[in-house]
Amino acid sequence: MSDLKKIKDELLLKLKSKLNLSEVNQMKSDLFGKNGLVSSQFKKIGTIAETERKKFASELNVIKDELQDLINLKIKEIENEEIREKLQKEKIDITLPERPFVRGKIHPVSQTIDEISSIFSEIGFSVEEGPDVESEYNNFTALNTPENHPARDMHDTFYLDEKKERLLRTHTSPVQIRTMLNDKPPFKIIAPGRTYRSDSDQTHAPMFHQVEGLHIDKDINMGHLKGCLNYFIKEFFELDKIKMRFRPSHFPFTEPSAEVDIGYEMKDGKILIGEGDKWLEILGCGMVHPNVLRNVKVDSTKFQGYAFGMGIDRLAMLKYGINDLRAFFDCDYRWLNHFGFDPLDVPTNYRGLSR
Amino acid sequence: MKITFDWLKDHLRTNLKEKNLLEQLTNVGLEVEGVQNLFSDKELFKVAKIIKTTVHPNADRLKVCEVNIGEKELKKVVCGAANAVEGLITVYAPPGSIIPKTKTKLAVAKIRGETSYGMLCSESELNLSNESDGIIELSSGYKKIIGKSYFSKSKSNLIDLSITPNRPDCLGIRGIARDLAASGFGKLIELKEKKIKSNIRHTLNVKIKKEKNQGCIIFGSCLITNVKNTESPQWLKDKLISIGQKPISAIVDITNYVMFDINRPLHAYDADKIEKGIIVRSSKSGEKFTALDNKNYKLEDGMCVISDHKGVLGLGGIIGGTRSGTEVDTKNILLESAYFKPGSIRTTAKKLNLDTDAKFRFERGIDPLSIEDGLNKAAILIKEICGGKISKIDIQKIETHKTKRFKFDTKLFEKIAGFKISINEILKILENLGFKFKKKKNLFELTVPSWRPDITQEVDVVEELVRISGYDKIRIIDPIKERKKPTLNKSQKLFHFLQRSVASKGYLEAITWSFTDSNYNDYFRNTKKEIKIVNPISTELDVLRSSIFSNLIIYMKKNLDRGFKDLSIYEIGPTFTGSRPGEQNIVVCGLSSGKKSRLSWIEKERNVDVFDVKKDVVQTLIEAGYKSEEFFIDNKTPNYYHPGKSGRLFLKKGADSVAAYFGEINPGITKKIDMKTESLVGFEIFLDNLKLMEKTLNGQKNKFNVSDYQKSERDFAFIVNKDVNAQDLINAIASVDQNLISNIKVFDVYEGDNIPESQKSIAISVTIQSTMKTLNDNDLENINKLIIETVENKTGAKIRS
Repeated sequence: MSDLKKIKDELLLKLKSKLNLSEVNQMKSDLFGKNGLVSSQFKKIGTIAETERKKFASELNVIKDELQDLINLKIKEIENEEIREKLQKEKIDITLPERPFVRGKIHPVSQTIDEISSIFSEIGFSVEEGPDVESEYNNFTALNTPENHPARDMHDTFYLDEKKERLLRTHTSPVQIRTMLNDKPPFKIIAPGRTYRSDSDQTHAPMFHQVEGLHIDKDINMGHLKGCLNYFIKEFFELDKIKMRFRPSHFPFTEPSAEVDIGYEMKDGKILIGEGDKWLEILGCGMVHPNVLRNVKVDSTKFQGYAFGMGIDRLAMLKYGINDLRAFFDCDYRWLNHFGFDPLDVPTNYRGLSR
Repeated sequence: MKITFDWLKDHLRTNLKEKNLLEQLTNVGLEVEGVQNLFSDKELFKVAKIIKTTVHPNADRLKVCEVNIGEKELKKVVCGAANAVEGLITVYAPPGSIIPKTKTKLAVAKIRGETSYGMLCSESELNLSNESDGIIELSSGYKKIIGKSYFSKSKSNLIDLSITPNRPDCLGIRGIARDLAASGFGKLIELKEKKIKSNIRHTLNVKIKKEKNQGCIIFGSCLITNVKNTESPQWLKDKLISIGQKPISAIVDITNYVMFDINRPLHAYDADKIEKGIIVRSSKSGEKFTALDNKNYKLEDGMCVISDHKGVLGLGGIIGGTRSGTEVDTKNILLESAYFKPGSIRTTAKKLNLDTDAKFRFERGIDPLSIEDGLNKAAILIKEICGGKISKIDIQKIETHKTKRFKFDTKLFEKIAGFKISINEILKILENLGFKFKKKKNLFELTVPSWRPDITQEVDVVEELVRISGYDKIRIIDPIKERKKPTLNKSQKLFHFLQRSVASKGYLEAITWSFTDSNYNDYFRNTKKEIKIVNPISTELDVLRSSIFSNLIIYMKKNLDRGFKDLSIYEIGPTFTGSRPGEQNIVVCGLSSGKKSRLSWIEKERNVDVFDVKKDVVQTLIEAGYKSEEFFIDNKTPNYYHPGKSGRLFLKKGADSVAAYFGEINPGITKKIDMKTESLVGFEIFLDNLKLMEKTLNGQKNKFNVSDYQKSERDFAFIVNKDVNAQDLINAIASVDQNLISNIKVFDVYEGDNIPESQKSIAISVTIQSTMKTLNDNDLENINKLIIETVENKTGAKIRS
């Protein structure tokens, strides 16, 4: 037994000195290796008298465990020490900049179109599109604006041929015509897109964006029109209350026609929508003219409904406080970066329009 | 249309205030565009006479005028107008007054060292006309009121209305009054029409030629002889000035007054200058005349002209001519009150690019039954003011006016408007608007007033009723949140996906015009047709774009000129292949300039290159759901790409249409347009050429199938001729065993030392894994051999030892 005690005492002594990992491993194999001190004790078991054998074996096992624990503890201690030293040595200047990244942005007009689509989606409108180049018929005549109608003066039109049969659409209304010619009522669509007028100054751009709305069914009246727009405006401006005014107006393709104003006030040079006693015109609308329905072969004694059209760029300007329409199409890097939206900010029904 | 409340009161009895008026005008659809609040101040503008002028001592072009403003002392005013001469009667604005045009307040000021007490005004400064050449010249008649206010004492503001093109009747003050009265704002005053009582023969022969497309249907006239064309009396001048019109002479002022009052344009001819008689006819090509705007017009065939036996006198309903114009010494006049067809007026005016007050009215439609009213009203006024004798009225017509009648079902009102008003109310409104009606069973037969060309069917009547009842009565019916059809179709979803996917890779979305500069368009047009705009707003925007690159490059250059270097911009939108509707494609086009990681302390700086844009294209397409394993890429690209550093991508080998191009922009172009950047690369993804996903996301998820058996990676280095593509090697390896080869990656390409000049080395790592078992050394060795053999056979490569 004294051998064992000696082995243990020696180990304890050695472990007190400063050791590295390989020295400890060496000690481990000195003890438990094939011919290690402890291993050789086990080999002795067979030579011990039977009466003593059981006791010896059990003591040997105890001491073996003890020695193993001591060594493992030491190893852990050394490893911990090594990590501590490493962590102490390794230090960087964390205020140095991160690896470079670039951030893309979505144009405010695109964002606004997605917002509009999301709002109208909730109340059952689907999105339709039409070509930018239109026939004179779809853009004017079918919309009850025959040749020589003074209303044509309000649309400074870009033409693509001398006969003036092909043009860049001056509004999104021809999409109404296309939609109704291609399908059967009921219709419930919006049509956002590019529109063109040969007019260019501080507040007019030769290209701009409109969204058209059309809802035709058996009993759609002006109350539905007012309800739809009231809902849209509140949702779009993300306000609970909004002052809205319907005012009679005239468009050849609707009868009765209305223009819609919303209330606003100016505060510290910024426009505040929804309050105040000033009025701002934001869209035109009305009940689709029976002549238009006749032109697209919809029975106007059975079906009726409303249409509206509004300027997307203008809505974006009002909502996001953008002053200059021309800047939308100027592609100034600083402007796009400032007014653009993160591509992950997708307006949806369930998460709403804003963060 | 400019009106004043005071003038309205000639036709409307009301106790309400101007504030209510403005609201009510808007409520009935006569939008108030502006109110000029200048009249309280306008009393300050005085009639004055220049007594003496001397040249300004310090400025040749200025004069120091001594002006009589009705006070004891003359006022010293510095003036630059050439027509500021001694004896001129004009309008004087004292210090403290606000100049209507500029809205600036005058103060006593030193002008080049000379003190000026106020200012002498031009018509434009007083918003009377656009005449800014010189100061106002008043006739000698004003001598009597020197020192008195030039403007009437009226406190009535100038109200500017925007009248929609369907309401010609509201281009007369009476029409506006009628609408207001119908809506409950006061009561329309009955007119006590005076009629010409005359036995005098109308001696001037008038004839409307019966021609095809004759633009004139009715020509009414009377002769007034022995008049003395004088200045208008103060009330008439005040009236015209109050709505911003400039008084000219009594006869002209009276015809203008009648036009503004009841929207009845008239024309006065000097009857002595008419050769034999009036012939209303279509013009012949080449005919010429000088109009009252002092311009010469050359006419085309078929324009409606008023002529005599010598030639054209004027364009009917648009503008008169100088030859027969009335002047101060005019003795005998022919007063015309006619009806011209709106379409004819419009066509002629457009062709000649003419815009006049009369044209504006006739093209919208004048009340054909107002011919006699107009003649009566004007002729009697002329007689009162200018004396003379009025002849009988002569009316020539080639068509008779047909009164419009149709049946109206009052139930339609609620059906359209969504709210109810009583039958009595309906009838009251219609009566006030001038309709006549007869009850016929459940319907009413309506007779439309002659001044309402816009009302042709039932729904027009509904609009009248809603408008007059008030749009605020329309109730709000909340929308139902129900969706029967998907909001977006597949191609629209793809549009939105691509739009946001590209932005998420660091590109700023731009929106540029659909048109562009033909010079730039030519760089990127390749073989496409040029589509010209007939009437572009500028030569820099004269064609529809064949590619988005032209605009992106123009704006990229502008941004580089602003001092930015490393930019990525993109646009998703149409490009055009023809001028017919639908000949357009949606393209996502991106452009990147400069470097990656410029001036980074940690990353290596390098130029953006073709593999950056290749990544953007491929990643975007993969994200959109397309399988990169199937992509086929070659180097056949349009000439605006660098021929050696660009690629063409098909979704599948053998596909018909190109999914995308990407590459370096042809350096020839960047040089020509002087783009200063280290590198310029771009891409185009053609949305219309991408196959739309047939399955839903759910359908796109296959069964989850992975192998947990050990995988091993083997590296191969092949020496191959330079013209062999890496893709050929990859395809060869993939063809060996699709079940075992799970990944192939090129990790090095090397040309140079130790490799023959015509060759290159491509190192590829291949991952081998079975779904059935763990492969043993023997299996791996076999596959290795097979890979080497296949690549060598198929591509002529040699394994590098």
